[in-house]
Amino acid sequence: MSDNALPLSKDKLLRAYRMMKTIREFEERVHVEFATGDLPGFVHLYAGEEAAGAGIMMHLRQEDYISSTHRGHGHCIAKGVDVKGMVAELYGRSSGTCHGKGGSMHIADLDMGMMGANGILGAGAPLACGAALASKYKKDGSVGISFLGDGASNAGNFLESLNLAAVWDLPVIFVVENNGYAQATSRDYAVAVDSYVDRALGFGMPGVTVDGTDFFAVYEASGEIISRARDGGGPSLLECNMIRFYGHFEGDAQTYRGSDEVEKIRKNRDCLKKFVQQVTQTDALNKSDLDGIDQEISVLINEAFDEAQKAPRPTETDLLSDVYINY
Amino acid sequence: MSSNIKVITMPKWGLTMKEGSVGDWLIEEGITVDSGMEVVEVETDKITSAVEVSDSGILRRTVAVSGETLPVGALLGVITEEEVSDEELDDFIQKFQDNFVPEEDSEEDSAPKTETVQIGELTLNFLRQGDAEKAAFLLHGFGGDLNNWLFNHQALISNRTVITIDLPGHGSSSKDVGNGSFGFMAETILQFMKELDIMEADWVGHSMGGAIALQLAKSHPEMVRSLTLIGSAGLGEEINGDYLRGFTQSQSRRELKPFVQQLFKDSSLVTRQLVEDLLKFKRIDGVQVCLQTIMDCFIDGDKQVEILTNVLESQDIPALVIWGKEDRILPVDHAGSLPNQVQVKILEDGGHMVQMENASEVNRIINKFWEI
Amino acid sequence: MARNITIREAIREAFDQEMERDSTVILMGEDIVGGAGSPGEDDAWGGVMGIHKGLFGKYGKRMLDTPLSESAYIGAAIGAAACGMRPVAELMFIDFLGVCFDQIFNQAAKFRYMFGGKAETPVVIRTMYGAGISAASQHSQTLTPIFTHIPGIKVVCPSTPYDAKGLMIQSIRDNDPVIFCEHKNIYDFSGDVPTESYTIPFAEANILREGSDVTIVSYGLMVHRAVEAANQLAKDGIECEVIDLRTLSPIDMETVIESVENTGKLVVVDEANPRCSIASDISATVAQQAFNDLKAPIEMVTPPHTPVPFSPDLESFYLPSSEKIVKSVQKTLIN
Repeated sequence: MSDNALPLSKDKLLRAYRMMKTIREFEERVHVEFATGDLPGFVHLYAGEEAAGAGIMMHLRQEDYISSTHRGHGHCIAKGVDVKGMVAELYGRSSGTCHGKGGSMHIADLDMGMMGANGILGAGAPLACGAALASKYKKDGSVGISFLGDGASNAGNFLESLNLAAVWDLPVIFVVENNGYAQATSRDYAVAVDSYVDRALGFGMPGVTVDGTDFFAVYEASGEIISRARDGGGPSLLECNMIRFYGHFEGDAQTYRGSDEVEKIRKNRDCLKKFVQQVTQTDALNKSDLDGIDQEISVLINEAFDEAQKAPRPTETDLLSDVYINY
Repeated sequence: MSSNIKVITMPKWGLTMKEGSVGDWLIEEGITVDSGMEVVEVETDKITSAVEVSDSGILRRTVAVSGETLPVGALLGVITEEEVSDEELDDFIQKFQDNFVPEEDSEEDSAPKTETVQIGELTLNFLRQGDAEKAAFLLHGFGGDLNNWLFNHQALISNRTVITIDLPGHGSSSKDVGNGSFGFMAETILQFMKELDIMEADWVGHSMGGAIALQLAKSHPEMVRSLTLIGSAGLGEEINGDYLRGFTQSQSRRELKPFVQQLFKDSSLVTRQLVEDLLKFKRIDGVQVCLQTIMDCFIDGDKQVEILTNVLESQDIPALVIWGKEDRILPVDHAGSLPNQVQVKILEDGGHMVQMENASEVNRIINKFWEI
Repeated sequence: MARNITIREAIREAFDQEMERDSTVILMGEDIVGGAGSPGEDDAWGGVMGIHKGLFGKYGKRMLDTPLSESAYIGAAIGAAACGMRPVAELMFIDFLGVCFDQIFNQAAKFRYMFGGKAETPVVIRTMYGAGISAASQHSQTLTPIFTHIPGIKVVCPSTPYDAKGLMIQSIRDNDPVIFCEHKNIYDFSGDVPTESYTIPFAEANILREGSDVTIVSYGLMVHRAVEAANQLAKDGIECEVIDLRTLSPIDMETVIESVENTGKLVVVDEANPRCSIASDISATVAQQAFNDLKAPIEMVTPPHTPVPFSPDLESFYLPSSEKIVKSVQKTLIN
């Protein structure tokens, strides 16, 4: 119940803001640090997409499972994966979430219901079906959420999973985070249908399209379909139309985008700005609440990076551990 | 004519034996043999031992050739009195070979079958042979099964109906040993006797089986006509705890073999198949727990927990104790400090498993004991 | 109590006993029940080789027929395993691994490692392999080396009913992902199998036959060919030690090396194509670790580097046979 004009209580609004702001600050900081050359490998930033992840994750419990994409930092943070562990992981340290074994593209925490960022696009869809299948036997009302992008939406894994989920009536939600680009190829080119809802219906399940930059729109639409899935109503597809501020990967010059495209979307389609506007205009939250959170997040991010940069590096023994439980 | 000609055939050692590989002949043709003498070595996939003859006479022909593999029941050799001519012998052998049908090809299945009985929640597997009026029970030791008596079944049925049991937790019986005590085992066997309508029996126990027999004699002396204790537990403190622990905890062939070898005087008797069969037993669900539970009750370090020697003092039950001098599991000394009325036979040439390695001698001793 | 049953029955019994013992064990695959959604019999097929027949009545919803979507349902089995279930999923023919291999080698195999030791993926993927029934090139391969190459998955290949039941139970209870390979031609082979549940540890090869003249190592159906060859050679006084690997990853090289130290001669029989196979893997390891014990070059008996042909005549040229094994053994004894 909310005592304000918006459909969430103040506590929940604060939680949602914290979630999105943490993601934003995390990604912006990664962007800066990556440019120094200190972060090994590749990173793919979720900045600009926060509302989609947060809007959905606000409905999830620890025992719900999500599978993510290469662009997984946002999903991790929203699902409750420890931020400091994540930064250490990006630096490849042994105190990282995955002890330095996974890196940005494979951060996972199964205890938090995070089945991993995934370097294989579309591969998470069957995994989320598996989580949903397990939920049916456990009878605990949990759901599986498969996040994927507009690129992965063409992968066989995804399409097979749509059919399987419908045939087996699985409590799984497929979330197509359509940010318009699959690496450098636009969605308009690569996807034959205009709306993913057509695909959903084509495979035997309902679909909804929302503005992925509007937290409340995502929250409302996902709330309904997640509830339905928990109650045994089967799978759905949620298309979130959104934008990413950065390139496919850090280092991507984004020459495939319009000359002022990024500048414009930062100005006009920043989901965080929109959220702040919506909550302050309705007096649901005031600026000092938000500033307080900003301050805490700033401390957290700084600490996380400081600690990670000093954290112990893995050893040669670590190389050989955890291939199997026992061999 | 041919009543003078006695055949030596490939024996059936245990229920699953189908064939044996002939080893060396221990006696040459022309030599006189007595009943009970070992004449030829035979190796099966489970064990190597020697065939003993049940007749006396001259070993006229060694038909089987060293290295040959022959089915159970096949002709190994022929014993006769001198009067029989070579021609008659040839004729006889020819007729035997012509008419011989290996067991697995024959219509009827003459092999003895095991039976089961339900004791509460437990299923007990057992083998019953012979139709004598009096019954005898043979109890194997820790980690064993009724096949530990495979060289003894046939020899003992002339005097008794012989019943060999797979103890709880062992062989094909249920893998449940209750609290693991000898008392539990004894009580279960008591119920078993009642199921079979047997009120009194001769008891033969090997190793842990001996301790169980002693336990039964302690709690129900009226059901025990006599006790034969072979390399028995319960008659002294000392025990090779390392063996028990090693046997229980070994997970692989490599680990298990050296422990199993300690059971025998001639460790070369421990074939790959023997170790394999023990591993297969240990890997059945529940066996590990059963063995550990028994062991926890049975021993403490290298000491036995329950000493039952006083059963032999206080009861008026004829008792016979047989022990191998080279027993590496339970020291032969335990046979040395027993009440006077107990008959003691030490086998100079024996290890822990005397009932197998020195089967003929053990069978003779027991049969004699039962005749009294 | 042991009795004589087939490999098919042994595997079915393993399913039955494990499903009864553990409610998180579920089975899935194409037509493992058969008749889903159609008007005829329930349990119409019980799997393409009838392995699951008769279980549906007892386990109902814990047995799932799948649409023709290997990537999705193998992936779902893997996902469900990561979430606390113990699925046994069937990849009907090993030849189909191409359509779902990512889920196996990039997902299941790597979860534990990539996620820093937190994931447990106790999935069993069972699959049929092998030639000999003219099923032709896309239904007859032995792609075992492709699996053994991947760190993070285990690969099991029984050759007898006793091994099939014990290894299946072990595989289901194991907490790592296991690929369980069944030769399509040996489901009717019979042998003694205890009625009780039991396990066989991985990385324990079985010595089927002891001998001191030559070591023959194999797995799956080829073990039986090796035994036939050994029996044949015994008539000439050549005693072969026949080793059945039983599990290919982890693999019991200790038993193989020990045997070669004794015999000095090695023949490896493998139904997979020879490039980068298990035969070449074993040969290289033995050459490395037992070089000074070898008295003759190592022989490998394998098919040629060709797809599996259709025509029965061609298929018999293709496959290793007991005669070919005998010839290879004799080659090692030439000195």
